[in-house]
This record gives sequence, C-alpha cells and structure tokens, in this order.
Amino acid sequence: MATQKIHALYNDDDILLRAVKQIREQHYHIEEIFCPFPVHGLEKAMGLADTRLAINAFLYGIVGLAVATVMMNYIMIEDWPQNIGGKPSFSYLENMPAFVPIMFELTVFFAAHLMVITFYLRSRLWPFKEAENPDVRTTDDHFLMEVDAHGEDIESITKFLYDTGAVELVLIDNEDH
Amino acid sequence: MYTLTTKLKVFAVILMLVGAAFTVIGFLNVPGSEQEVEQMLADHDAHGSSHVDDDHSATSDENVHKETGYVTDNSVDHPEDAHTTTPHEAEDHSGSHAEHVYHQLQNRPWAAIYIAGFFFFMIGLGVLAFYAIQKVAQAGWSPVLFRVMEGISSYILPGGILMFIILLCSGLHLNHLFTWMEAGVDDPSSEAYDAIIAGKTGFLNVPFWLIRAGIFLVGWNIYRWNIRKFGLKQDDAEKGDIKWYKKGFKHSAMFLVFFIVTESIMAWDWIMSFDPHWFSTLFGWYVFASMFVTGITTIALVTIFLKSKGYLEFVNDSHIHDLAKFMFGISIFWTYLWFSQFMLIWYSNIPEEVTYFVTRIEDYNLLFFGMVAINFLFPLLILMNSDFKRVNWFVVTAGLFIVIGHYLDIFVMVSPATVGESWFIGFPEIGAFMFFAGVFLLYVFHTISKAPLLAKGDPYLDESKHFHY
Repeated sequence: MATQKIHALYNDDDILLRAVKQIREQHYHIEEIFCPFPVHGLEKAMGLADTRLAINAFLYGIVGLAVATVMMNYIMIEDWPQNIGGKPSFSYLENMPAFVPIMFELTVFFAAHLMVITFYLRSRLWPFKEAENPDVRTTDDHFLMEVDAHGEDIESITKFLYDTGAVELVLIDNEDH
Repeated sequence: MYTLTTKLKVFAVILMLVGAAFTVIGFLNVPGSEQEVEQMLADHDAHGSSHVDDDHSATSDENVHKETGYVTDNSVDHPEDAHTTTPHEAEDHSGSHAEHVYHQLQNRPWAAIYIAGFFFFMIGLGVLAFYAIQKVAQAGWSPVLFRVMEGISSYILPGGILMFIILLCSGLHLNHLFTWMEAGVDDPSSEAYDAIIAGKTGFLNVPFWLIRAGIFLVGWNIYRWNIRKFGLKQDDAEKGDIKWYKKGFKHSAMFLVFFIVTESIMAWDWIMSFDPHWFSTLFGWYVFASMFVTGITTIALVTIFLKSKGYLEFVNDSHIHDLAKFMFGISIFWTYLWFSQFMLIWYSNIPEEVTYFVTRIEDYNLLFFGMVAINFLFPLLILMNSDFKRVNWFVVTAGLFIVIGHYLDIFVMVSPATVGESWFIGFPEIGAFMFFAGVFLLYVFHTISKAPLLAKGDPYLDESKHFHY
C-alpha cells in the first residue's frame, strides 16, 4: 500500500522551530527532521523523550569498577600474593591505594567506550552504512521536515506547511519498503 | 531588600551564647594539674577491662613518640631517648605519659576554637575566591548571586579578626597549639632543643608568622571592601557607564594572583605548621579545595534559604543547578587532592612523611576515612543526577553533608598534632562550632540586609536573569 508524506524544506532554524510548534498544535505527525547542525530546543519542541544514555554510562562505569576490582583482587591478592617492595598483599583493602588509579581508569574506560558503542547501536551508525539523506542540502544549509500526509487532505496540509514558512514542499509517494 | 528577622537574630544569639557556655565548660573541664591526669589515668586503668589495658600500654610506649611524627636527632643530648622527642615531652624530660596527656587535654578547648574559627573563616574566604573568579571569568549566570556572595564573604572581616586573635594567643604562649613556638626549641643547650624545627626558624618564628598573617588578612579584606564598594557604585552609575565594573574586574584579577600565593602560605602557616616536622607540597591546594567547596556549598544553602523566603525571585532552578554542579565537581577535585596526597605518601612510605597518616589512621580511623566518604561518596551519588541538582532539598542535603564533612576535614588536619589520641567531639568542639556559626549567621545576614539583593548595575545581569540551562 502506498503511503504519502511531505518533505517541507526550511532555511532558518528559528522558522523551523516555530513551524514545529504550529504543526504539533494541529496534530499533524512529524516523522523526522533533518538538520545540518544541532538546533537548540528542537527535541523539546518535537516532544522527544529524554535520552537514557547517561544512565547507561553510569551502569557501565559500575561494571568497569567491578572488573578492575575483581581482576586485581584475583591477580594481586588471591592468585599470587607476592611481596613487591613491601606492599601489603594480605587483603584487597590493605593494598587498595595502589589499585585506585587502575580502578578509576577502568571505570572511565568502560563508561566512555560502552556508552559510545551504545550510542552507535541505538542510532544505527556504522562504517559502510548507507546514508539516509533525503536531500543533500540538509547537510549544508537547509532543514527538512518529513510530515506524514497519509490520510490527510493534501491540499490543506500543503497550504498549512507553506504558511509555516516552508520554502519548498515535495509530495513523496512511497511504495512499501 | 532583605530584612534581618528577629527570629534569625535570636537564633544566632542563642547559638553564640550556648556555644560560648559549652566552650567555657570545655575550659573548666581541663584537668588542673598533671597529678589529676595521673589519677584519672590510674582510675581508668583500674576499671581495667583488658581492652583498656592494651590500649594504654600501647599509647604510653609508642604513640607518645608519634605526636608530631618524625625522627629527630637529639641523640647527642639524650642518648637514652634517641629516636624521638617532641617539644611537649622535652619540656620536662621525665616525659611521663600523664604529662603528655595533660598537655593534650589542655590543648583540647583551644584546638576546638581554632578549628571552628578557621572553618568559618575559610568559608568566607572560599566564597570571596569564587566571587573573584566569577567576575574575572565574566560569568553570565552568576551576577544574580553576587549580593549573596558579597554577604557571605563579608565574614572575613570579623572572622579574620577572631582568627588573628586566636593566632595572637598562640603567639603569646597562652596555649601550646604550635609545638614550634615552645621556648628553647632552637637553643641547642635547651632540653627542648629540636634540630629540625631549629632549622626552620627562619620561616617559623612568631613575629614573622604574625606579620604574614596580618598582611594576608589585610590584603583579603581590602579586596573584599573595594569590590563591594565598586558593586554598589556600579548600581548607582548611569546606564551604559561601566567604569566601576571594569575597575572591579581589574581588582579581581589582581586579587586572584595575590590570593593563590597567600592562600598557599596561609595553609602552611595556619595548618601545616601544627606538624612542623612534616611537609607536603600540595597542601595549599588541598586546603584551598576544602575552602572552595565549602564556600560554594554555603552560597547554595544561603541562596536556597533566601529564595524560599521569597527574596530572590530572579534566581531560578538553573542557577541552583549550576551551583550544585560546582559542589559536585569541586568535591571530586578535593577528593582527588586528598587521595593524591595520601597515596603518594602511603606508597613511598618514607618514615618522616608517613607518620602524619599513621597517627591519623591509628587514632582517628573512623573520622579520617569517614570524612572522606562523606565528602566524596555523598556528593558523588546525590548530585550526579541532573534532575536531582534542581531539587532544593537534595542540594540542601548534599550541602549539609559537605559542610559537616569539611569541618571534620579541618578537625583531622588540626587535632592529631594538638590533642592527639585524647580527642573527642564533645562540649568544646560543638560549643566552638555553635559560637562561630552564630557569629557567621548574624554577620552574614546582617550584610545581606544592607544592600538590594539584585546587583542591578552589572552588565551581565540581564543574561544572568534569563539564564537557563
């Protein structure tokens, strides 16, 4: 079944922001917005949910801390508790100050890298991925809003979008993907 | 414009009176003579659980020699006690345990006053440094808080005077807080001779020490005085005339240079010289981090208080959020310095350095590590979440932990060298804290009530009012 959507192009981020607010008031559905740079407040205007990446990073950090602790407790205390320069290797706590730099670095390492990888996975980014760019100008100086026009009155929605300040409107007929 | 309420006035005065009473009780509780202490220790031993016995046999033999923690070379004069002697013991070379404890107990109320006096003074100074940084950095978020900062930093005038009086008392030998001030430490023919301290008397001598303290206090107060004046004059200036703002900017930049040098020396003079045999290069920074984070916390607490009373309608969530971020970040900076100092000394384990931490770990175990936990873990876990930093009661909770934690931090810096294992947090400690808290509250809120809470002349004020994070 064919679906229809409209690509509305804007050339100013302030106009775009205002347009997003107006469109949401009319309860038209915005599929996606393509911008050449981050527009402050766009996610709030679109009503997107907050990211949970920071929570992920915190949990990854705890994993890193645990890895460092378990690793060094096993190597330095349990497996082969040597006397190295008189450092007490009887228990983890006694020798802990020496391990703190590693504990810290591994916490940061895990938190940072796993968070970045999570970001790539969630935003579906990888080398050789085919770019999903509907219009090449969106990486340079145009903002493109994809509005779901399926089941709407094309005439009136086009008129409405034009009034919000769109400089170009394209009606797209999608076949099933 | 804030008006000082009678409620707050009465509260502060009660704090001062009760605090003063407790401090007096602390002084009255000091045993009158060595004989009394001997009797006390004997009674204590007689109760004699095995635990107590162990404790005391250990303290009398070993810990006595750890008082300021070092090895000094008195072997020529005193071969029988070659490895360590502190000036306290050296005063009377019978060096009995009772005498030692007697001196510690005598020091206790003085040390309590010193710790509380320094603690509140450093809040004022930390806020002043933060204020100067905000000015020099041309921060766009903080001008709405300038009057709060000016109010808190005004405490360095009365606090500085009190601090100087306390230092003067030590310099006049009214107490025995600083071992390097004892008569005869630099005289080779004296029983109290201490070769290491004698080598430092070029720097550590009472007149020079007091002169330095005087210069620092005057310098800091001049800046505080000027910047406040400039701020008020800028308020009255015509629109577009920012002469006073520019002047304040230049003064702040110069102050920060002056401050970082004098703050370092102040940390050596007022805190590190309690252990004249010990030294640490990052000590000045460590003390700075402590005063900075406590100062920022106090700004947040006072701001939240005034806002809750409806005096700061132009302060929004985002300002509190920024302050909380500073509290969080500088708490971690403090921990970083604490750990850097601890770990380097622990790792290399050089006897003359490590005794500093040996006394703290043995005699102050719970307090020493407990204050690290309070100052690090609580801010870390409470203030990490971005949403929590906007919730006032979270910030207040974290702030109270930070304030108490840094009081204990100063306590653990000062007490081991002055009261040693005879420490306790009782009447004199709580009393002195309450007394200075009362003076602090009264003076700070008095100053805040003196000027409008909005520094309307500041060129960054509009940006600050609309600040949104």
